[in-house]
Parts: sequence; C-alpha cells; structure tokens
Amino acid sequence: MRIPCPHCGPRGHEEFAYHGDAAPIRPDPAAAEAERAFGEYVYLRDNPAGLHRELWYHALGCLTWLIVERDTRTHAIRGVAEARANHAQGQAAQ
Amino acid sequence: MRYSIFSLLGHALAGNRRWTPAWRDAAPKAGYDIVIVGGGGHGLATAYYLARMHGITNVAVIEKGWIGSGNVGRNTTIIRSNYLLPGNVPFYEWSLKLWEGLEQELNYNAMVSQRGTLNLFHSDSQRDAFVRRGNSMRLHGVDAELLDVPALRRLVPFVDFDNARFPIRGGLLQRRGGTVRHDAVAWGYARAADRLGVDVIQNCEVTGIRVERGRAVGVETSRGYIAAGKLGLACAGNSSRVASMAGLRLPIESHVLQAFVSEALKPVIPCVITFGAGHFYVSQSDKGGLVFGGDIDGYNSYAQRGNLPTVEDVCEGGMALMPSLGRVRLLRSWGGVMDMSMDGSPIIDRTPVDQLYLNAGWCYGGFKATPASGWCFAHLLAKDGPHPLAAAYRLDRFAAGRVVDEKGQGPHPNRH
Ligand SMILES: Cc1cc2nc3c(=O)[nH]c(=O)nc-3n(C[C@H](O)[C@H](O)[C@H](O)COP(=O)(O)OP(=O)(O)OC[C@H]3O[C@@H](n4cnc5c(N)ncnc54)[C@H](O)[C@@H]3O)c2cc1C
Ligand SMILES: [Zn+2]
Repeated sequence: MRIPCPHCGPRGHEEFAYHGDAAPIRPDPAAAEAERAFGEYVYLRDNPAGLHRELWYHALGCLTWLIVERDTRTHAIRGVAEARANHAQGQAAQ
Repeated sequence: MRYSIFSLLGHALAGNRRWTPAWRDAAPKAGYDIVIVGGGGHGLATAYYLARMHGITNVAVIEKGWIGSGNVGRNTTIIRSNYLLPGNVPFYEWSLKLWEGLEQELNYNAMVSQRGTLNLFHSDSQRDAFVRRGNSMRLHGVDAELLDVPALRRLVPFVDFDNARFPIRGGLLQRRGGTVRHDAVAWGYARAADRLGVDVIQNCEVTGIRVERGRAVGVETSRGYIAAGKLGLACAGNSSRVASMAGLRLPIESHVLQAFVSEALKPVIPCVITFGAGHFYVSQSDKGGLVFGGDIDGYNSYAQRGNLPTVEDVCEGGMALMPSLGRVRLLRSWGGVMDMSMDGSPIIDRTPVDQLYLNAGWCYGGFKATPASGWCFAHLLAKDGPHPLAAAYRLDRFAAGRVVDEKGQGPHPNRH
C-alpha cells in the first residue's frame, strides 16, 4: 500500500504512523453530557467495511498529519488531504 | 456415530467408504429459542455448552461461509493462560482446563498438544516484567517457571543467545501451554452440538437484525427471516458490522493479522517460542511446518490479506531470534480480520438492545479462549447474567473507566 503524500509523493505505508478514524472530534469539556461525549469520543468507532477517513502521520517523511480516504476492503485510496485543513473545518462545524 | 479405535478399524476394513458426514447440513427453521450469528470457534462452542450445560437445544448457529472459514481456521493455534491481570487469569486458566479435557468431552481428536509456551526476555527490565507475570500466574494457581540461560540452552539450543543487540537472558515457561489443531476445534464443536440437536446452518449470511420496541426479535438472512427468542453475536472481525445492524457502535476496530507456514522440516522446535525484542513467535506443526507470526498490519482492514512491510518485519524478527530460519523456505501466508478492542480485552455481555447479546473483541488471542468463551457466553444467554469468570468483560467498562488493558497501551487498538 502506497500513500500519496501531498508533499512527498507516493510513499510506502511503512513510513507512516496510523492514528485511526479521523471522524471523532474532541468534545467540549464544559458541555452538559461531556462525560458521555468523551466516552464515545475516546472509545466508540464506526469501523466501516468500505470508505474510511483516517489519520496518518508521515513520520519518516515530511512530518505532516494527513487524512487519507481509503477503502478498508481493498486499500484503494480515494483522496489525501492535510489534517490541518480538516481540523479547522471541524472546529467551525462545532 | 461414536469415534473410537474400533470405529476407525471398522471403517478401514470397509475401505473407508462408509463414513457419514460429521454433522447435518441443516436448513433454517422459522425460529429458534436462541440464534447465534457466527460459526467460528466461539459461536459453535457457545451452542455446544448451551445444549450440554443448560439443556437448551432449540438453537441455531448461522454462518455466512462454511464452518472454519473465519479466524478459527486462520490462527496460529497457540493456547496458554500466561496472563497478568486478575480479570484475565482465571478466565484463560479455565479455558486451558477445558482444553485439557476437550477431546474426551467432544469425542473428537483436536490434537491438543501441551508442548509448552516460552516467552524469552532480553534485558533486566523485561526480566522483572516476566517475573511479575509469573508470580501473578502462580498466585492464581497457574503453572509458570522462570528459566535461566543454561536451562534454555538445553531446551532451545538453536536460538541466538549471544545476539549483540538482543542477548537472551532467560525465559518464562508455561509447560501446560501449547497448540491445538484449529479447524478440528470448529469441527469437533459443530459435530458435538449437532448431536445434541443444534442446527449448524452454513452459507447463510445475516443481513439485518429486526428490533421491535427496543428488543431484538430475529435476523434477516440470505436464506430468509429467522425469529430468535434471544440473539447472540459471535462474529469475530465483523462484530462492528453486524452490531451496526441493530444500531450499535462498538469500542472495536477491525485489523488484519498475518500468519506464515514454512516447508515441512524434521522436528526442531519443541515448544512455542516468543521473541521478546520484537514481535515474532513460532512453533512447529505436527506436519513439520514452522508456523509463525508477528504484529498486526496496524490499520483498519477487512481485506483478509496483509501487506509486505509486515512480512519483512516478521521475518526480520525471526532472523534475529533464530538465524537458521534463513535457510527455510516459506510455503504460504494468509491474513485474518480480527476485532481489535480499545483495551485489548474481549466483551461478553448484554447490549443496550434487549435480548441481544455480544461476544466480541477477541483481538489476536481468541483461539485459546474458545472453550471458556463458549462456556461463559452460553451462561450469559441461558441465565441472562454474566458468568463470574467473565465478570470483567462488560461492555460498559470503557465509559466507566474499568478497562482491562494487559499491555497498558491505552485506547489504541493497533497497539494491543
Ligand atoms: C493470523 C491469526 C493468528 C492468530 N493466532 C492466534 C493464536 O495463536 N492463539 C490465539 O489464541 N488466537 C489467535 N488468533 C485469534 C483467534 O483466531 C480469534 O480471536 C478467534 O478465532 C475468534 O473467534 P472465532 O473462532 O469465533 O472467529 P471466526 O472463526 O472468525 O468466527 C466468526 C464467524 O462469523 C461469521 N460471520 C461474520 N459476519 C457474519 C454475518 N453477517 N452472518 C453470518 N456469519 C457471519 C464469519 O464468517 C466467521 O466464520 C489469531 C488470529 C489470526 C487472524
Ligand atoms: Zn510527506
């Protein structure tokens, strides 16, 4: 499996560290029900068989956090973006 | 038919033409008292103990492929009970005790071989960790022995003791650990459950769970609707997908683990050996092949096949432990998709949906758990409450902060 890094080009996945599903967003600790929200944020996952948006860190490359959209059945990669952009979006959505 | 030396001889004299199938090829009925989804080791063992221990025989095991097509037929066959935490040791020890009597119990040769499992250590701190684990085991009444280098040289003379980077300092041995012929476990439980009246239904995929007013009442399958008084899920690797049919999200990611077998050799490896400085473990099958494996690939996968960097990593571990491996040819390798849970421990519990019960999260260590898992899941289904041996494996432990994390890795399924 090769991950097309926007900075470094396609590189073997062994250069990257995996950090799982990119969907969970850290809840607001001051919100009502924050305890339940944190439990779900830390532990519960959709774990789909199919397209999965996930975090990869290019540890042996450009040191960028990426969001990779990958099919978990075939490893076909549909898209790669910098995680920073996504994070800004997530914050805005909250 | 009961299997024995006489049945074997009788059939041999008849030219082996009169053997009958070991279990019926059951077609689904309209409904059952208990339906179990997943015909792996855990589902079949559950059905067997439901019938045997609780007298509940109106039971179906529903399997989307054939019996043994999942992880029960893909694992590296190791059994042991060398755990550290109090929530784990009694459970795995009961499993080992059930393995010890399994073949008589099932009247089936599962080739249970207590050849020992040996964990090597390479540094003082690792030694301390294994001494602690061994003491924990002994406090729970489990056998554990610390071996020094001279004792190891007698047992496994071929490992690289004087490796410059990772010299071998000793090992923790559990003599009662070993290996079991994995698919024979599926077949043995299927046959024994079938003989007690359980329907083992193959080629029947569950495609939906019918929930009415917060209560599971049956499953949609590729062979029609099947009503269920109670529904138990034992779909290792696919637990998230099947549970999502009832609207549940689980503390699980699916990951692939690879296994490898070499060409057959004369007997060389007397026990199961794990390398302490990298992730590599090896044993030798009765056919002579070296069976080995290492780390999971490390990212969510439903592919049932792994990638090459992991192959390289496993083989490097093997070479560091046992340089003579370099002369051996690899015969085949494969992958299996497993539930990796958030704390590395399993779940045997009720769910928020009434009459829906969950057996999941077995990670890469669920084969050895097969008998005790079936035992405890059957208890849960029959009595509607957790078995004391599985009391730590509750679904709410994550939210409540009572995780059972043997390795202390935190909520990262690919690190367990
Ligand atoms: C390569 C590898 C090596 C391993 N080595 C070891 C080891 O040495 N020791 C050890 O203790 N453990 C080991 N394990 C782990 C162990 O194999 C598993 O934890 C255990 O087998 C899981 O339980 P099971 O036997 O019930 O799973 P499975 O055999 O996978 O059973 C689950 C069944 O559910 C079925 N299913 C899924 N979805 C549906 C559906 N929708 N409808 C109907 N049926 C469905 C599947 O087809 C499957 O047959 C290893 C695993 C792998 C992959
Ligand atoms: Zn890069």
